[in-house]
This record gives sequence, structure tokens and C-alpha cells, in this order.
Amino acid sequence: MAWWKSLTRRKIFWPLVALAILMLFNLFFTPHFFRIEIKEGHLYGNVIDILKNGAPMMLLAIGMTLVIATKGIDISVGSVVAISAGVVAMLIGGDLHGIPRHPIFASMAVAVLVCTVAGMWNGMLVSRVGMQPIIATLILFVAGRGIAMVTTNAMVVWLYTKPFALLGQGYIFGLPFSLYMVVVLLVLVALTTRRTSLGLFIEAVGINPIAAKFAGINAKNIIFWVYAFSGFCAGIAGLVVCSTVMSADGNNAGLGFELDAILAVVLGGTSLNGGKFYLLGSIVGALIIQTLTVTIYAFGVPPEISQVVKAVVVYIISLLQSRKFRSMLTGVFGRREFAT
Amino acid sequence: MSDTAPIVEMKKIKKGFPGVQALSEVDFRLFPGEVHALMGQNGAGKSTLVKVLTGVYRQDAGEVLLAGKPIKPDSPLAARKLGINAVYQEINLCLNLSVAENIFIGREPMKFGRIDWKTMNRRSQELLGRLNVYVDVTQTLNSYSLAIQQMVAIARVLDSKAEVLILDEPTSSLDESEVDQLFKVMRKLRDEGLAILFITHFLDQTYQISDRITILKNGFFVGEYKTAELPKLEMITKMLGKELSDFSYASKGPENQALAEGRAEKDAVLRARRLGLHGSINPFDLSLAEGEVLGLAGLLGSGRTEMARLLFGIDVADQGELQVKGKKVSITSPRGAMLMGIGFCSEDRKNEGVFAALSIRENIILALQSRMGLFHHLSAKRQLEIADKMIKSLGIVTPSSSNEASQLSGGNQQKVMLARWLATHPTILILDEPTRGIDVGAKLEIMEQILNLSKEGLGLIFISSEFDEVIRCSSTIAVLKDKEKIAELQGDEMTESRIMRTIAGGK
Repeated sequence: MAWWKSLTRRKIFWPLVALAILMLFNLFFTPHFFRIEIKEGHLYGNVIDILKNGAPMMLLAIGMTLVIATKGIDISVGSVVAISAGVVAMLIGGDLHGIPRHPIFASMAVAVLVCTVAGMWNGMLVSRVGMQPIIATLILFVAGRGIAMVTTNAMVVWLYTKPFALLGQGYIFGLPFSLYMVVVLLVLVALTTRRTSLGLFIEAVGINPIAAKFAGINAKNIIFWVYAFSGFCAGIAGLVVCSTVMSADGNNAGLGFELDAILAVVLGGTSLNGGKFYLLGSIVGALIIQTLTVTIYAFGVPPEISQVVKAVVVYIISLLQSRKFRSMLTGVFGRREFAT
Repeated sequence: MSDTAPIVEMKKIKKGFPGVQALSEVDFRLFPGEVHALMGQNGAGKSTLVKVLTGVYRQDAGEVLLAGKPIKPDSPLAARKLGINAVYQEINLCLNLSVAENIFIGREPMKFGRIDWKTMNRRSQELLGRLNVYVDVTQTLNSYSLAIQQMVAIARVLDSKAEVLILDEPTSSLDESEVDQLFKVMRKLRDEGLAILFITHFLDQTYQISDRITILKNGFFVGEYKTAELPKLEMITKMLGKELSDFSYASKGPENQALAEGRAEKDAVLRARRLGLHGSINPFDLSLAEGEVLGLAGLLGSGRTEMARLLFGIDVADQGELQVKGKKVSITSPRGAMLMGIGFCSEDRKNEGVFAALSIRENIILALQSRMGLFHHLSAKRQLEIADKMIKSLGIVTPSSSNEASQLSGGNQQKVMLARWLATHPTILILDEPTRGIDVGAKLEIMEQILNLSKEGLGLIFISSEFDEVIRCSSTIAVLKDKEKIAELQGDEMTESRIMRTIAGGK
């Protein structure tokens, strides 16, 4: 059973199993879950919804993966999403005829830039000031909502500029536009981390920051830039969120996203203790969360207990990820001891 | 003492793990009122034997008798209830709790449903008093030295009805006076009738403290001896299973001398003038020639490590100047030092060296890769070549370079650290206690490597608290004391007694 062993040893295996089980559940218990129709020239159905609605989460998870790999955490991303949405909405403007105040592309670039700077602020606090990541990003978690509110003058700004809707609502070749954004970002990040030594350095810093420093790695810079990049990802996710609902709401845009993003990374197999990271795993993790959300709606779980159901399922998936639990469950591996 | 019955008797203990027979019919006896040293190289089976005794493992065959009755502890807790207590190398205490809390954690004396602090503090004081330790037990543990922490760990197990005390490498992070303090306590407890099992890598300490020695080798029982009747050389021979003259380092003395004489003709690759950092190390002069091994000898806390940290840019000097290859430089970070061609193997392998969760290959290429920069990524093939070459030339024992570094033994991890720096082709390499905590065989191998490297022209700074090692490897020895370089010894001056007299203040 060598192939089975080598298969189960791959980190991506168990997240995929979890996703498959969720899908299988839907196949049997949710009618029409997998039905895909063609409406107005694009694909339409639950599965497409999962991909489309899950896009912001996947974007956040990519940035979060690198942060967590350095043994950090970024709980400000939800608020940064709101900042991004606020900035882009104010720059494009709520003109009823859809005439943008500033060019759309420039507006988006500025919003993402602002968010990257927000990420740099986090990175500075963690890497230079030496604050604990959760405290450092807690500052922006709180202040970010305020910044977003100030940006939009504490109002919900509605947008009518049609081309901007492409990001969150548009389709190319029948698939949601946002999905392409995820794929492009994922491929870019995978290439930059794995084809250069960046990935190894990030892992080294996450596993043992002192040893990394002693091996000549500039740990401070690496930590600084992963937070900046997480801000960048949150900025892009914010554009998609804003475009999906064509409005910016400082209070509610991206609310609770940070926890789902962290969960996606953890479900994907990257440990909160830092070290080895799995980008594709995080994407699968985000898909698991999104599938779960859709399943709960589609299956008709009463809204008052839906969060509890979600929690229970997440709990089970987390257990499934634990090697200790699996060997306990199956007894296949038995009790293993190693001479020390 | 041998006329009394043994308190612990282990008969024909067998224990196997997948692929390894850790113990093969090992006998062991421990008498009340003795300090018994368990000796052997890494992999000899010392830890496994202790773990069988303390209920961590269950033996495959054989029996354990406590005061003549067979026992089968299935957990350390069960063993503790029987009176068998162990204090391990890594002290498992809570640094942020008070001394008293650490001693009574999990079994605090209660009064009216609340913790009875008065009684707890008083009894903690009494327990520590038994060990001749008088400290404020309400202070947090991290305000005391490692030696005191060790005592607290011992006090904690002594509170329960202890009959057997197992000390696993208790002295590895203590300095000499702290070791003396610990030994005093051990003698006192021994005289009170406690049976003490002592595991250490330090041969001298074995002779200082133990009454009896049991030697294991590769899971086999070699023999049980009275310490007084077993000469040191014979013990080493029995542990290694070969004669000491087999090792080439023993005859390295004259070569070192030749090196030292040729030194003046060569240019110094590293030269420090009045280099120092206030509060860390007093200004010192130092010069290191190509192919020279400069030994730093001194006790723990003498400034050896501080000196190394300054040269490698971990700490930044606030006075004096440093020259590398004749050019004046200022080194402000490890990265800066690395770019000058300096490498540094920290004494703290676990926290400052090895990346446990990375593969051996990644551990080896990391420094080279970080010197080359992000974008000059070594291809997988090239990484494999470098790693395999190092594994072969340094004799790292592993099935594959893609195994996690955490799976390696201490000695092999040390070689991986060495490999990491050798891969960068440094001109100067600083080795801080490269032989600490590893078995005798691996020690000798590492010392051989050091001598080979110096022959190839590498300038080495070698730090060790074992003076005989420093003497064997070095061509010059700088002696440090109280954060100051106090002397430089060469040639005939390089003897253990001379170093010790220098440190003591005589000539």
C-alpha cells in the first residue's frame, strides 16, 4: 500500500477528503446541488456560486497563509477589506448615471495601494516594534473600521458604474471573473515562493526566527513584507466585495472575514505554529468553508442553528486533519514509539 | 553498601522499536545510599532503560523489581507513586510561577477550599532547605539561576515519598560552582539513604560523584563496576568498545605546534583591536591566521560566547575595531558577518541552529542560499548535490537528505550545522561548543573534522568548556575570565593545569 501511504502523507490529501465528503453529502441530500445551467451566457448553479462567493475568502487566505507561515497572524484583514471598499467607492463616486469621478483602474490601484500601506503598518509593528502579531493587527482590526467609516463619511455608498461590476459579478468564458483573479494571484504567489527561495526563507523564519537570523536571513524584512502582502490581498478582496454588492459599507464589508481566512489556512494544513505552508491547501480550505455555508442554506438548516452546525462540521474536519486522531480512529498505525 | 539488598533490580530487560533493538537483556541494579552512574554513548540505551523504569515504556521482556517486588508502572505518574522520580535534562517547570507554586503544582495544600499559601511557602522553604538552598520562594522561578531551577525540580520530586531519584543530564547547563552545589546536595541525599541514578556525558563528573557505574553499549549490558576500581581510560575503552589510541586526535599535539610557529608568517584573516561591548565583553585583542585553530577557553559565563556573538554581528561592538583580511570592517548583523565570510555555529543547537521541521537538505543549504539571495535560487538538483556531498564528507547518518532534521541525533544535527556553514565556503568559522551534549564517538569525529578543516586553510575559532578538547584542537588558546580575555597560550603552555591556573589567577 505504498501508493496509499504516499498519497495520505501529502498535506493536500485530507483537506480534499473533507471537501469531497461535503460534496458527497450534497450529492445525496441536497437536491439539484450539482445542477449547472447556462443563463445569460454564463454558468449558473450552486457550485459556481461557491467559486464566485468564495473568491474574496480565497484571496485573503493566500495572504494569510504566508503570514501564518511566519508564525504570525493578521486579524485586521476584514477591516482592511472595508477600507479597500470605502476608498474605491469614494474614488469612483456614486454618480447615478455611472460616470466615474476618477478612472476606475486608477481608483482600484489607489485602494489596493492604501491597503498595502495598511499591511506595511502591521508589518512594521510586528517586525520593527516587536509587538505580538495578534495585538499589532488588533489595532488595525479596530481602527480599520473607523478609517473605512471616515472614508465614506459614515454612509453606505452605492455605485452605479457598470464596468466596475465585472470584478464581483462578471463572467469570462462562462466562469466568474473573480475566479480568474484568484487563479492568477495563486499562480504568481506559488511561483514567487517556490521558484525563488522566498518560500524556504518564510518557513525558516516561522520555524525558528533566531536560527534564521543566524543563518543570514533578514527575518525582519521577510516578516514586514508578508504583512504588507496580506494587506495587498485584503485590498484586492475588498475590490471584489465592493463590486459584488456595488456598495461600500464601512460597518459590514468584510465583517468576520479574518476568522474565516484564518480557518481556511488552518483547514488547508498550515499550522498556526508557523513553518511549512500550503497555498493550495488554503484555497481548498476556503472552498470547504464556502461549500459548508452554501450547504447549510441549500439543505435548509434553520438560520438560528446554522452557526452551530457550521462549528460542529469545522470541528470534525479539524479532527480529521489531526494525525493523532486519525490513527486513534483507525488503529491502523497503532501506537508508535521511537527510540530517542 | 553492597551488603544491603538493591532497591531496584532490572533483570534481562528487552525493548525493541521498529528497526532498532534498543535494549537486549540489560541488567541493572541500584542500591539505596549510592550514586550510580549510567554510562554509554548516544544510542547505548540509557534513556530507554530509564524510560522503562519510570513507566514511559513497557519492556518487551524481563522484569523490574522494586525492593524485591515486581512492579509494572504503566506511566510516570504510577512510577512516582511507587517512589521512582526522575528529573530530566530539560527542566519541566513553569518559569512564570513562583518557586513554591512550582514545587506544589497540582497538589497545593488546601484550607477551606482555598490554597493555603502560608503552609505551601513554609513547606517549600523546608524542602529547599534540605537541599541547602535558601531563596525567597514567593519570587517567580525565572528570577533564579538554572542551578536553583534544577534544585527546585529536585525539591518537587522529593516531596513525595522518594526512594529512587533519577537525574538525566542535570549538569549539562550548569557552570562549575553550580555543579559543585548540585553534587553537595546529591551527596547529602545519598547519605540519607536515597538511591540516585545519574546520567551524564561528563566523564570527570562521573568520577567525582558516583559510587558505582553501569556501562551500556548499543543496547547491551557491558558491566557493572565500582567507580574506585575502574580507571577512567578503561571506562572510555569499554564505552567505545575500542582503544583510545585508535583516534588520531591523540597525536595531534606536535602538528598544532608547527601550525603555531608558522602562524607569524601568515597574514591574519581576522584581527580585533580593543573590540568590546559595554556590559557584555571587555575590550580584547584577537588575531586569527589562515588555517589556524584559535581555542577560547573559559568557564561558563566567562565571555566566550559573548566574544563569538560580537564577531558574528549578533551583538554590535561599541568600541574598538575589527579587520577581516586586512580591511577594516564594521559588522552589525549576522548577515553582514556572513557576507564577510564568517560562519557561526551556536552552542544552542535547538534554539539557534537547527530548523527541526525542515529537511536535512534545506537545513544544509539555507545559509548558502541566504548569502546568494532570494532570486539566485539553487535548483533542486544542485541542493541535492550539495547536501549529499556534505552528508558523505561529514558522515551524517541518515537514510535520506529529505528526512526532517528533527529525526537526527544530537551529534548528527551538529554535523548538519557544520555542513550549513561549510557549504558557504567561509574563511572564518566560529564553533561554539560544537561537542556539547553529544556522545564520545561523535565528539571525536567532530574534532577530526575541525582539524581537517584547518588543514584546508579555514580559520577556526573553537569554543569548548572541556579544556582537553580545546588543547587537542587549537594552535593558540585565548583564556577568558569574567568577561575578559586574560591570556593567550601557545605551544607548551597549552595544558589543562596551566589554563586552570591562569583562570584561578596564578601563573
